[in-house]
Amino acid sequence: MWIRMLTAMLAATLLLIALLSANPEYRLFMPGLLEGAVLTVEITLLGAVLAVFMALIAALAKLYGPLPIRWLSTTYIEIFRGTSALVQLFWLYFVLPQFGIFLDAFLVAVLALGLNIGAYGAEVVRGAIVSVARGQWEASIALNMSKAQMLRRIILPQAFTAMIPPWGNLFIELVKSTSLVSLITLADLTFKAQQMNQSTLKTVPVFTLVLLIYLAISLTVTIAMRLLEQRTSRGLTRGRVA
Amino acid sequence: MNDMPMVRFENVSKRYGPLTVLDNLNLDIGRGEKVSIIGPSGSGKTTVLRMLMTLEAINDGVLWVDGEPMTHMMQNGKLVPATIKHIRRIRAKIGMVFQSFNLFPHMTAMGNCIEAPITVLGMKRSEAEERAAELLDMVGLSAKKDHYPSQLSGGQQQRVAIARALAMRPKIMLFDEVTSALDPELVGEVLQVIRKIGREHDLTMLMVTHQMGFAKEFSDRVCFFYQGKICEQGAPAEIFGNPKNERTRQFLNAVLEAG
Ligand SMILES: Nc1ncnc2c1ncn2[C@@H]1O[C@H](COP(=O)(O)OP(=O)(O)O)[C@@H](O)[C@H]1O
Ligand SMILES: [Mg+2]
Repeated sequence: MWIRMLTAMLAATLLLIALLSANPEYRLFMPGLLEGAVLTVEITLLGAVLAVFMALIAALAKLYGPLPIRWLSTTYIEIFRGTSALVQLFWLYFVLPQFGIFLDAFLVAVLALGLNIGAYGAEVVRGAIVSVARGQWEASIALNMSKAQMLRRIILPQAFTAMIPPWGNLFIELVKSTSLVSLITLADLTFKAQQMNQSTLKTVPVFTLVLLIYLAISLTVTIAMRLLEQRTSRGLTRGRVA
Repeated sequence: MNDMPMVRFENVSKRYGPLTVLDNLNLDIGRGEKVSIIGPSGSGKTTVLRMLMTLEAINDGVLWVDGEPMTHMMQNGKLVPATIKHIRRIRAKIGMVFQSFNLFPHMTAMGNCIEAPITVLGMKRSEAEERAAELLDMVGLSAKKDHYPSQLSGGQQQRVAIARALAMRPKIMLFDEVTSALDPELVGEVLQVIRKIGREHDLTMLMVTHQMGFAKEFSDRVCFFYQGKICEQGAPAEIFGNPKNERTRQFLNAVLEAG
């Protein structure tokens, strides 16, 4: 139901982009903007992978690690949630070189955004794990599973479904915060738009297209997450037999 | 070792903060013995089972299973607190069925029954499935093996839970008010299954129940708990027919009146 509506919106957005591109005023900017969009998508995808990885590690560390590890994880989460993504980008890109560490701008973008979203994600993962019914742990103990077996086979699969909607929000947040990387010299969608706007002063076509392209990317993320949710909730809600 | 009881609570106490839930409990359960625990709400019946399943730590005393300490282990002739490895080795002998079923909702009935045999016992999948199919057949659910818990009635879910516990081949089975969450018309099918495994398996069984009729007919011994202590225990005919203790009489009268 929702998926159908979202898909219709995505189709409408893409159609609008296509219709506008029929106009030479607009078509002129499409190749450059699409080039920027590719970079935006790349940073989003790699950042998302890093974010999920970090979130999982940090959440498990915070929940079940020995005290020093719990501290480490809490420190990571609070630092990256408590400061802005822009400052984190600048810090990695402009401050680290002062200490002799030079990182490529693309790597910095993926690192900063992935770590930033991962810190929020850690709380999402932790919340989802904690929300799994206590009886599930108890049944696993009664079946003599080890802690690792319980987590891997019983708790995480159930927590996973609960995590998908909040992760959807975080990934959208990630898509939007990729625009910050234009400030560390990366030619992403926002960077290309500003560049073209400055050189041509065609503000309306440039920023209309940019808006629609961002929307198309975000809608795609939302639809993908909805599909994932549908697939994994099998059994957890009254559903069909496998 | 075989003259040791299957389960021994030796001076076991359990406290939650200032609240003493079980006070210096001593209880032996023989091999193959079927023991029912009855008593008013809050008297510590569930806690007895949960301690034995290692879901609750004990504060004092020692819990023995099959001739070995479970909460402790021998080191240089002294009992020291057990490691998780030791606990898991002993715990393998115990299975439990819960009031609220606690099936794994993301797995089918079959999936629930083969999960631990494969991951914990390291059984081959085909072997685990064969054994699970037998058990699901025994509880009358062959036709439902590919159903998820959400597609089963409460009585069916509880029977899957029993099959799942038996799949681990325990020597001791714990049942905590396993019919209390069921609609009245579904209670019978679950009790029927418990009767059957009582007959067919050489199991030691410890059950908390409000089904007095069932306790009377099924158990070798009935323990009446009151405020964290065993107030009276004995053969069902004794406890139900001729209770000695005033509290037991009051409790049984109240239960009989209720229904
Ligand atoms: N986790 C807990 N924290 C504090 N008190 C508890 C906890 N679990 C049980 N209790 C208390 O212990 C007592 C015995 O509980 P329980 O063993 O569940 O009784 P029963 O099964 O006989 O109704 C009750 O007073 C209950 O409130
Ligand atoms: Mg109880």
